[in-house]
Amino acid sequence: MINALGQPQTLLLLGGTSDIALAIARDWARRGALHVTLAARPGPRRDAAVTELTGLGLTVDAVDFEAHATDTHAALIASVASTRDIDVAVVAFGLLGDEERAWQDHDLAVELATVNYVAPVSVGVCLAEQVKRQGHGVIVALSSVAGERVRRSNFVYGSTKAGMDGFYLGLGEALRGTGGRVLVVRPGFVRTKMTEGRDAAPLSVDAEDVAAAVTKAVANGDDLIWVPGAMRGVMSGLRHVPRALFRKLPI
Amino acid sequence: MPEFAGWGRTAPSVGAPVAPTAAEVPDLVRATGRRGLIARGLGRSYGDPAQNAGGGVLLPLPTEIGPVAADGTVRVSAGTSLHDLIAALLPQGRFVPVTPGTRYVTVGGAIACDVHGKSHHVTGSFGDHVRSLDLVLADGSTRTVGPDTDADLFWATVGGMGLTGVVLSAVVDTIPVETAYAEVTTQRLANLDEVMRAMREGDADFTYSVAWIDTLARGASLGRSVLSRGEHAARDVIGAREPLVPPGPPRLTVPITPPVNLVSGPAVRAFNEAWFRKAPRHRVGEIQSLSAFFHPLDGIGGWNRAYGPHGFVQYQFVVPDDQGEALVRILEQIAEARLPSFLAVLKRFGPGNDSPLSFPMAGWTLAYDVPAHPALAPLLDSLDEQVVAAGGRVYLAKDSRLSAAMLPAMYPRLDEFRAVRERVDPRRTFQSDLSRRLDL
Repeated sequence: MINALGQPQTLLLLGGTSDIALAIARDWARRGALHVTLAARPGPRRDAAVTELTGLGLTVDAVDFEAHATDTHAALIASVASTRDIDVAVVAFGLLGDEERAWQDHDLAVELATVNYVAPVSVGVCLAEQVKRQGHGVIVALSSVAGERVRRSNFVYGSTKAGMDGFYLGLGEALRGTGGRVLVVRPGFVRTKMTEGRDAAPLSVDAEDVAAAVTKAVANGDDLIWVPGAMRGVMSGLRHVPRALFRKLPI
Repeated sequence: MPEFAGWGRTAPSVGAPVAPTAAEVPDLVRATGRRGLIARGLGRSYGDPAQNAGGGVLLPLPTEIGPVAADGTVRVSAGTSLHDLIAALLPQGRFVPVTPGTRYVTVGGAIACDVHGKSHHVTGSFGDHVRSLDLVLADGSTRTVGPDTDADLFWATVGGMGLTGVVLSAVVDTIPVETAYAEVTTQRLANLDEVMRAMREGDADFTYSVAWIDTLARGASLGRSVLSRGEHAARDVIGAREPLVPPGPPRLTVPITPPVNLVSGPAVRAFNEAWFRKAPRHRVGEIQSLSAFFHPLDGIGGWNRAYGPHGFVQYQFVVPDDQGEALVRILEQIAEARLPSFLAVLKRFGPGNDSPLSFPMAGWTLAYDVPAHPALAPLLDSLDEQVVAAGGRVYLAKDSRLSAAMLPAMYPRLDEFRAVRERVDPRRTFQSDLSRRLDL
């Protein structure tokens, strides 16, 4: 159960080795006991994450998760939920890819669409069923401002996030009245291993900033946030820029 | 399906309400699914004991109040509110031996939380006045238990937060009263030392005693209080008042939840200051209605809404009698935190009872209301540790944020409770958000 001060007892991280997912676990770990399930591909990165979170005093499970294998998702969520309720689930996996290759390399385009859109829809449906059954629970979807107004420079990635964002916003509406909730998180540029080597954009943040915003929003009962908060105004402006002008913007 | 929350309105969840008659309860219990069932009263517990996410929530059974027997006991259905019970008893010159700070609780809830009131140092808690109760167990059977009949199950049910079964009805004590009034002695006390001394030295002379503390006062004024003590008023001291008038409904209500918390720093400081200054230094023999004396907040319906959409938390703990130092230290930290809190309540308990999960123990209890905010967690977690170190505990009926790991230290007889539950409900038919949160 999530307590009166917004602290969950259990946390499921789908894409459990992502920087933001681990930062969210750390942020809650500072405030109390927590059982974390890391759903990720087996390997040294997952092992390291288990070791780190265990060292913070959390109890940690690792389960094998493969985003492409959508037919395994239902069983995975059910097995995680079989011992304890899922208080908070974070959909944290995603791929950025090389932008220019992405729209010209068929395999890469399909890969991005699968990992960033199809797989989130797949786990979203399973998680929704679970929180509905539980009568409580929060699904946190890590979207991106890139999906809010898709731009030429990374439109394959942006379009997958646009779809994912729309799906989870709609899922949140569909879950109203069931006790389950959805929080859609739209970070701007986050300095993580996914964006390593790229020039940081204005208003860029760290994974820790996203994590702090997420734990606060879960306690608040929010359903949509931008990180940093100022990004909301920026994106609201960008959404209304005419295409002819938008094309010329250096973004 | 509707959302259920506690009085603090902090962590709502969705469950399936059911409103059976007493006769239908056994079948309902037998048909309970994996998410379990919990009985709910009037929702006055502050946290999550009377909600059951994804499971069944059994609404109060219809009010039934039997005649007062020759030995002063009365049989009441578990869904009967203390308001209705008091309204029925007063015209007959009877009253309840224990009432908490609100009469809008059910008898079933009063048993499940083993509630206490201003009389604890003399009368003990509600469970001490239950002669027997009819309990529907997880297998659908109905058992009558009492202090002499399956005492283990009886005492696990008293204070058991509804997790041993569904109480259908109970036979409880009543006490004779001459009037519906209290004769009240009020003292204004400049700091915590003074109020603790006054309670140590004088509580034995009064059936009812409680102090309101200004938790925003610091330094030499730390713990400044208004101590209110009293007795049931005899007929010859109430003058021309109608002697046995029952309590009325709330006179005011907070009709909607404001979009923001109205309980903010400056307003609370001003209120606490004014309230302390207006209290008499020492006044004897004031006549107050029993409602005003026992249930001052019942005059304002829905006062919990004033805290806005994020609700509030009440932190109530007790430390043993010889741990007055711990109380002082904790109050210092509360005062230093400068959180907006209307008057907190201080009471000196008498000894506890045989219930493994009952809250009271001989010592000092303080109840402190604050708006809910994640930033509160480190303070309250640290207070938990100090309370445990002093040999004390927090009150589950008020709790909404304790972590499961703290429970065994606070309730050293937890294993006895678990053993009874294992015996009567091995499949966990009875569950609540609280039982999940605290791994009860």
